[in-house]
Amino acid sequence: MANLATEFLGIKSPNPFWLASAPPTDKQYNVERAFRAGWGGVVWKTLGFDPHIVNVNGPRYGAVWGADRQLLGMNNIELITDRPLDVNLREIKAVKRDWPDRAMIVSLMVPCDEESWAAILPMVEETGADGVELNFGCPHGMSERGMGSAVGQVPEYIEMVTRWCKKHTRMPVMVKLTPNVADIRNAARAAHKGGADAVSLINTVNSITSVDLDAMAPEPTIDGKGTHGGYCGPAVKPIALNMVAEIARDPQTAALPISGIGGITTWRDAAEFLALGAGNAQVCTAAMNYGFAIIKELTAGLSLWMDEKGYRSVDEVVGRAVPNVTDWQYLNLNYVTKARIDQDACIKCGRCYAACEDTSHQAISMSEERVFEVIDAECVACNLCVNVCPVENCITMERLPAGARDERTGQTVSDRYLNWTMHPNNPMAKAAE
Amino acid sequence: MTNAPTTPGIVPARLDRQTLAANFSDVEPPMGAHEAVVAADRCYFCHDAPCITACPTEIDIPLFIRQIQAGQPEAAARTILDQNILGGMCARVCPTETLCEEACVREFAEGKPVEIGRLQRFATDTLMARDIHPYERAAPTGKRIAVVGAGPAGLACAHRLAMRGNDVVLMDARERIGGLNEYGIAAYKTPDDFAQAEIDWLMKIGGIATRTGVRLGETVTLQELRAEYDAVFLGIGLGAVNALGAEGETREGVRDAVDFIAELRQAEDLARLPVGRHVVVIGGGMTAVDAAVQSRLLGAEAVTMVYRRGRDRMSASEHELDHAATAGVRIITNAQPVAVHGNGAVREVEFAYTHDGPDGLKPTGETFRLRADQVFKAIGQTLADLPAGLSLCNGKIAVAGAGRTDLPGVWAGGDCTTGGEDLTVTAVAQGRDAAEDIHKTLNG
Repeated sequence: MANLATEFLGIKSPNPFWLASAPPTDKQYNVERAFRAGWGGVVWKTLGFDPHIVNVNGPRYGAVWGADRQLLGMNNIELITDRPLDVNLREIKAVKRDWPDRAMIVSLMVPCDEESWAAILPMVEETGADGVELNFGCPHGMSERGMGSAVGQVPEYIEMVTRWCKKHTRMPVMVKLTPNVADIRNAARAAHKGGADAVSLINTVNSITSVDLDAMAPEPTIDGKGTHGGYCGPAVKPIALNMVAEIARDPQTAALPISGIGGITTWRDAAEFLALGAGNAQVCTAAMNYGFAIIKELTAGLSLWMDEKGYRSVDEVVGRAVPNVTDWQYLNLNYVTKARIDQDACIKCGRCYAACEDTSHQAISMSEERVFEVIDAECVACNLCVNVCPVENCITMERLPAGARDERTGQTVSDRYLNWTMHPNNPMAKAAE
Repeated sequence: MTNAPTTPGIVPARLDRQTLAANFSDVEPPMGAHEAVVAADRCYFCHDAPCITACPTEIDIPLFIRQIQAGQPEAAARTILDQNILGGMCARVCPTETLCEEACVREFAEGKPVEIGRLQRFATDTLMARDIHPYERAAPTGKRIAVVGAGPAGLACAHRLAMRGNDVVLMDARERIGGLNEYGIAAYKTPDDFAQAEIDWLMKIGGIATRTGVRLGETVTLQELRAEYDAVFLGIGLGAVNALGAEGETREGVRDAVDFIAELRQAEDLARLPVGRHVVVIGGGMTAVDAAVQSRLLGAEAVTMVYRRGRDRMSASEHELDHAATAGVRIITNAQPVAVHGNGAVREVEFAYTHDGPDGLKPTGETFRLRADQVFKAIGQTLADLPAGLSLCNGKIAVAGAGRTDLPGVWAGGDCTTGGEDLTVTAVAQGRDAAEDIHKTLNG
């Protein structure tokens, strides 16, 4: 059986699944339940100085639902912990004492001055926690006070605060990044320069999930008003995957460990984050949606998949897909495919036809008997028909072999790799070597 | 309770009131709002959707389902009613399993169609519960049209004519408006007097006067109507019932299934409605199923439905036959009645097994008898009297185009005409289309 035990920044945990810093890791009671359920570690809900913050007393969460109220995306306007600092520290210490084999990371957010960080870090160290995560991500509330994403959006601040932290603690320092920036690489590079041991990402995405059309106010609505909150859950996974990959393949940060976060719901999501360079996986929304019991599916699923693929440890998976993430300009323009419709699998809904005819390249024909066929002379292989087809594997993209004629261009398919940098239409093209 | 299912003869109150009430409640409960949204989400919004083609009234089904999905069942209802003003009743009685739901690509893909019928009911019920009638009359045309027969065809025709600004007089021979909706459909398909509620809602369009007790050829002639009105629409249905042609057919206890169904629908108190202990229903259509199932629901101990040909030739759908079987009705096929035995009242029905070969239906020579104290005949209905000047085609009023008869100014539609499948939904389509044709003819 595959070994799920991981060592991330020297911190050991029985599996790569940590609960992200959020309501599920707010106190001893929850965290002990999580550990009993089998979670590998937690990032304790972000601590700050007393007097502790206060939360709104109305709804904190907004949602985007599917038809059967599947929670596709959620946002929140909750702040950092609203309990006294000493209570949290005492509980962290007790949990770490009782669960020494689990990872205990403490998330922190204090004002942007060295004294504040120098003051809080020893307190955390005293609990026996394994490391700290600097919360430079929260996009609401705290950012208005110069913390959270207000720091995470300025690379110079990230570097500065990271440096202070490294100076004032022997614990590993992980920097949690906000996705609400133009280029995530600048934030990661800054953390790296400041001496961060790892980055974790993504934090939540700035969002308004919905508008109450009667009250004419964003939701969640507090006394007739609403504000932007942090978006999370399955809907943000694609954004997170890209950002993880961008950092993993950036030569400046390629060696920087990454803790992957963003919509991880099943083992497959986690495996995808690992493949794109994350050393472990942090989960929050899925646990908030279904409870801690999902850890059983996550661990069993990842283990089974690794066994099937012959991976013995999580390390063997980490970063495996990174070499295949490239820039558009390096994609092979001589890779020619055409859509193929499996007539036996087709249920004749005609959605491929409507999509292609109305919004794409008019490359699917429809007969009176509702037989749908690809017109190779028009098909640009965009994949839209595959995406809208309700039947899995009914429409596939088939590669034209070298030597075949592409009916659309009239050209013979070449087996030579040709990308945009070499293409004759590119004025800047370099001759193929 | 005074009687039991085993009490001999034709007697009332075989079941207690509570059981009867449960038996005759909604056969398929209405959808809840969330259930509807989930069911609607299964629709693929097909291009040139096969379900639309399969609907005799050509409702834009993917659109109305999408409107439910988008949280506006009232808009969905409007989409339905634009094409089929009796969309509420059709949602209850349409054999959707042989129409829209049979054509649904999800039926093809996984044997589970989108629940179009139930979704249609959800939409139309939602609108009607809010007492919204979403149509207004056009400017008056000054034209007057007689609509004879207030069943589905007549109602659809009258509404469309009134909506276009014409004045309509809607006539029917029976006491109540509604035709088969009111008299011919199983009670458990339209509980809570839905047929009348729908008619009340339909009449909100205005411009429709009703006259009951008007019998064509007796209280008024077609000639008189043609003289008095600008146009006449005949939706008179099929008033006569086929005979068995079996010896002893007139014995006590033998009656037409349609009369039994009508009596049941009009009954104030089901506990006072008599039914036999051993009931035999002869026929293979919806009427036979409705009579058989309702006999069981009233408490008959044994109900047998006998059809002369094979199951595949029965006009009742598989869904209906399954429903009958679940209700405890025994179904015998390939047997035709030979004689009704008894001493005054019926005691047994004798059947001959048949073979349906290339030369038609032939008795095999083997016979059997079924105990019976009540026999329902449900072997089809025919046109009662053909008004003078009209011609017949396959025993029904011959029409061309949108219900035009041989007589100028006279249109016809519904079961009394050729074409269509004698379904409520077909009648609605014919009434609606005739109305548009009448309006165009009269008003240019």
